[in-house]
Order: sequence, then C-alpha cells, then structure tokens
Amino acid sequence: MSLKRRNMLGLYGVSAEEITTVLDTAESLKEISARPIKKVPTLRGKTIVHFFYEASTRTRTSFEIAAKRLSADTVSLSASTSSITKGETLIDTAKNLLAMSPDLIVMRHSQSGAPQLLARHIPCSIINAGDGAHEHPSQGLLDLLTIRRAKGRLDGLKVSIIGDITHSRVARSDIIGLNTMGSQVTVYGPRTLLPPAVETLGVSVAGSMDEAIHDADVIIMLRVQQERLTDVLFPTLREYAQRFGLGLKHMKAAKPDVVIMHPGPINRGVELSPEVADGPWSLILDQVANGVAVRMALLYLLIGPEAS
Amino acid sequence: MSQPRPILLKGGRLLCPASGTDETGDLLLERGAIAALGGELDAPADAEIIDCTGKWVAPGLIDLHVHLREPGHEYKEDIASGTAAAAAGGFTAVCCMPNTEPVNDSAAVTEMILERARKAGSCRVYPVGAITPGLGGKALSQMAELRDAGCVAVSDDGHPVSDSRLLRRAMEYASGFGLPVICHSEELSLSAGGAMHEGPTATALGLPGIPAEAEVAAVERDLTLAGLTGARVHIAHISCAGSVAALKRAQEAGWAVSGETAPHYLALCDQDVGEYDTHRKMNPPLRSAADREAVRQALASGVIEALATDHAPHSVLEKEVEFGFAAFGVTGLETALGIMLELVNQHLLGPLALIDRMSAAPARLLGLPGGSLAAGGPADVVVIDPKAIWYVDPVKMRSKSANTAFAGRRMPGRAVLTVCGGKVTFRLEA
Repeated sequence: MSLKRRNMLGLYGVSAEEITTVLDTAESLKEISARPIKKVPTLRGKTIVHFFYEASTRTRTSFEIAAKRLSADTVSLSASTSSITKGETLIDTAKNLLAMSPDLIVMRHSQSGAPQLLARHIPCSIINAGDGAHEHPSQGLLDLLTIRRAKGRLDGLKVSIIGDITHSRVARSDIIGLNTMGSQVTVYGPRTLLPPAVETLGVSVAGSMDEAIHDADVIIMLRVQQERLTDVLFPTLREYAQRFGLGLKHMKAAKPDVVIMHPGPINRGVELSPEVADGPWSLILDQVANGVAVRMALLYLLIGPEAS
Repeated sequence: MSQPRPILLKGGRLLCPASGTDETGDLLLERGAIAALGGELDAPADAEIIDCTGKWVAPGLIDLHVHLREPGHEYKEDIASGTAAAAAGGFTAVCCMPNTEPVNDSAAVTEMILERARKAGSCRVYPVGAITPGLGGKALSQMAELRDAGCVAVSDDGHPVSDSRLLRRAMEYASGFGLPVICHSEELSLSAGGAMHEGPTATALGLPGIPAEAEVAAVERDLTLAGLTGARVHIAHISCAGSVAALKRAQEAGWAVSGETAPHYLALCDQDVGEYDTHRKMNPPLRSAADREAVRQALASGVIEALATDHAPHSVLEKEVEFGFAAFGVTGLETALGIMLELVNQHLLGPLALIDRMSAAPARLLGLPGGSLAAGGPADVVVIDPKAIWYVDPVKMRSKSANTAFAGRRMPGRAVLTVCGGKVTFRLEA
C-alpha cells in the first residue's frame, strides 16, 4: 500500500480511499506497539527531522515514538534551539536542513500555511504537525481511527465538536476528514469562537449545548486556550465551564453509546468535568495510543519501502 | 534639456474623454506640447513619424496612488525604476505616497523626490505629503509648506488617522490650501491582526480575517467628515460593495468626494489567495466575488471615478515568508492597463471610459496637467495596442520587485509607446 502523494499537509483534498489506506495501515501497525520489543526495521537508514516552531509535547513525542518504532533516525529542532531566533527565514532554515538530506520533515508552526510554503521550496516529504489555525492532519486521522475502532464505521455517524472552532486546527482537520468519510458534523461554542461562515466548512451549528449533544454518536471537546480570555472572546472561565463545558448532567441526555474525545491537554473543570474525562465514555487515552499508530502509518506510507 | 524631435502619430484611434473625441486621425507632438490633432496632419521635416494604424492614441495614463519607496526602501524600488515601470505601463504621471523613510512630511523630502524624478525619472512625479508628521496620527504636518514644495494632496496612506477630531482638523486645514485629502479608510480596531478578507476562504485557510466592514465603517466616517468640513476628500483603494454604496450616497449629498479602486479588486477575489499566495496579499484585501462585481460596476458607472494601481513593491524578503508574516501589497504599474483592457473586452466599459478612469479623471481629481489630447496641453501621450497579447512575466518587469498578483496571466493588450513631455519614455521593442 502507498499514498499517491509525497506530503501530508492537510486532509483537504485527501480522498476517502487514501484515508482508509492510512487507517488500515495504522491498524496493522498497532500490533508493533504491543510487542515486547517494540521495533521493526522498516525505516532503517531513513532520517526524519522534527521541526517545531511552536511548543508541543505530545504531538512531538508521538511522532518521535512512531519514527523510532520503525527504526528511523530522528532529529528534533524546536524554536528555542534552532536558528529561528537569529532571524533566519523559514526557507533558509529549511534549505539548510535539506542540505543534510533528511527523508521527511515533520513541521509544526504558529502560522497557517507555513508547511505549504516549505513544500513549495524543498523537495523532501513533509508532514504538517499543525499550522496555525489551519490543519493538523495526523490528529484528524487519529480521531478518525479512534471513532472507527469504537463505532465500527465512519459513514452516517453524527459527530459534535464543541468549543473554540475558530482557532482550532484540530477542528478543521476533523471536519474535513469526517465529511470525506460520510459523517455529519455539528459544531457548538460561544459565537465569538465560531469562525465567520463556519457552515461553509461543511457543518451545521447547534443552537444549544443540549442540541449539540442529544443525538451525537461522538462528542469531541476542544481545549479552551487561556489567551482567548485576554482577547476578550468570552467573559470568564466560570461562565465558559457552565455554558460550554461537558459535565455529568449532559451525559444523561446523551445517547447511551456516545463516546467522548478530546485532543488534549485537558483543562479539567473547564471544557470537560473530571467525571466525564475519566468516565466510561472517554476515548481520550485511546486517541493517544492511536496517534502513535497513525503516525507510524503516515511515515510508512510516505517514505517506506512501497512509497511512490 | 534639448528639445526632442517632433513626433507625428499617424492614423491611430484618437481617444480623448475630456472632449469626447473618438475618431481616427493624426496627432502631432512638438516642443513638449500637443501641437495639433485630428484628420491628416503634415509632419515637420525633422519629425519622427510613427504609424499607429489599429492602435489607440490617448492622453498618458496618470496613477493617483503609487509607492516609489525612495527615500528609504530603495531595495524594493526607487524613483528611477518605479517611473520606468510606470512608463512601460503607459503612465506619464504618478502620485507617490508619503510612507517613505523619512516620511514625506517636509519640504526637504518633497524637494528631494522631485529632484530625483527630474534627474532619473521616466514620468512626472507628484508627491503626496503626509497628513501627520511621521504618519504618527498625532499632529498636523506643515501642509502649506508641503504644497508650496510640490505636494498635490495629503494622505496618511497605510496609517489611517484614527482620531476623528484630528482628521477633521486635517481636512479643514488642507482645504484652506486647496489640498485634497486622500483617505486610506480602515478601522484599525476591526482589522487588527487580519491577514486576508474575512469569509469562507479565510475560515478554510485558518487565517485571521479582515471584515469588509473595517473598510466600510472608516469610509463612512471619512465621508461624513468630508460633509462636515466641505473638504475635497478622495477615498483610496475601494475594495468592497459597502464602500461603493457609501461613496454613492455621499456624492448624492453633493459632497466633494471621489474614489479610486485598483486593478486587483477588479480581477481577483479572496478565493484567489489559493494556497497562501503572498502575492495575493494586500491591504485592503481581495474581497468576495460579490464585492468585486460591485467595484467593477462602480468603476463602469463612474461612481468610482479613477483607477489607481496602489503599486506597492516588496522584495522576496517581505514576500517569500509565512503568509501571516508577509507584507501587504502588490505591484501594479505594468499590469493595470492589461486588466482594464480585459474589462473593455468584457464590454464592461468602452475605450473612452477606460481612458477617462486612467487619465482624464485622475488629472481632474487632483488638478494635474495632462489627461487630455487638447492642443496646447503637455505632450503626454500613450499609444496602446489593444490586441497585443502578452503574458505577465515577473522577471521581465521594470520594477525592482516581482510581487505581481498576475504572474503568468494572459493580457489582451498593452502600451507600445509612451511619450512624456514630448520625449519617448517607453517603446515596446518589436
């Protein structure tokens, strides 16, 4: 199996067939993480650069573990250790990296479109590990894998995404991927955190928390970022938690087989009450485990022995 | 300077909106002036005779809004390269905005620009002075001194005056010296942080938006102050339907207001940002398709009286970066006529209206010489081949910068000869 692409910059334009290929590959690679010796030689001799212009703990760790389980050599650069602070442009930094012949660059950047810029200038494979408020395709794919494993399908599901849609690259990748796979997506959040023309993303907008929850098969809660408070996008965390947080009372109105997801890290007591986060509905830790498998699949499909 | 040879432009389609002339005939340029027009003219013995059959012969184009970047940002453009680009685009005069370094807020800077233009320029250069010193938005520039030094208007282009009382004072003071005020209308508290037009494309790209209302709210304020003060107010780079409606209302109220738009707002819309193309990033941003249509109709009907390029050269240092970090602005002098000829081919406006929006109207709005083929006026003339198809190649631009929004675009026609003050400033090599 392989993908007909060199890069994974976003789920926009990625076909259902390609997504299925990634998810199926991830399923078959999951077993490696359960072995006593969690390593296969598939990517031996390949070099992967993790190029993080923006702080990240879990995504970077997940990518590094994925690469190491496939025996790739990895190098990490973060904003504090690279030449970014010396005023070098993104393209210059990338060209310098390229001169060291990496096979793949995993990049996170605070600016939407930065991976597209990189891809226009350098010929090696690129995985977007999150660009601004644009996309985070590996998170989208791991969410799809998590839902597919829990529900046995993606087609015809009702998925509600609740919280800060405007600034969320996870929301965009989830919405695009879910739409491609035939799910129906509803969003809900404070009006200040729903982007202009949000329905053009292919979602319907719920009018209340109850409406968002009552017939959802899957609920994805998004993280509230503290800096949105200083932007005056909502009044207080207290009111946010009361009006847009998911608590036990909501679970009574939800479908009995509903599942709860969250890209992490969780603000416990804000968007998610501890009882819900740790309850039987929660797939949050499955998401983390599936993240390693999906990233292994992407690496394998983009630069593995069968990559085009 | 020695007198250039007389030039006889033979058999072209003479287009002069000021007189309504649209007929085939000759045009004779002698001693820096238009000597005669119409019918078959005899050439003086030493004249250069240029066959203009099938071409348009029109008053030289005038651009109310360019950034020549000198002094201060000569790596992007200078007066020599910017005016060479102007001549290649058919322009014989440009008005240069004051956001240089230092800012053109004093006679010294104005005089320096005019001196450079005299020595190295390929067209007439009319400086626009700053409304506030250093474009700081805090006080009034010495506008009388600026006018006497040669400024034709005042503007804080790129740095709108947020303080309404200060802008009122500026309009009142400027009108006392006959200086029009050119407003870059933008409500900064609504546009802050934005990278492109707010709408579905920005949402899909995850880019912070600039709502059209950031422009409309400021246009409404600026026009309201024009009504209050009676000043001559010109709204720069109109990009959206709301601004057009506001301008129309102000004109109907009888206020001394006018507006311009730029070629990119006629030809492109927010969707054309595509995959984060920084050459489609300008301020105001490319708007919705409906806004584009409103602007096109307003230019055709004359509500928007003038076409200006907002020629804003930037180097790769400002453009080959992350979209959010990229500078706003695109070049325009060498592509504006081509875009306007597209409008003619689409039957949105006729050739005479094109020359009006690009030459006669700009001259009229700021009281500049030219903009007409009347005998006795300056020999500022452009010969246009409306059927000379070409493709925009950023590498071949006369501008120092290659940040055109139209790279690769097929253009239906172009200027083939530009004459400024009787002197050939551009001739298309066959």
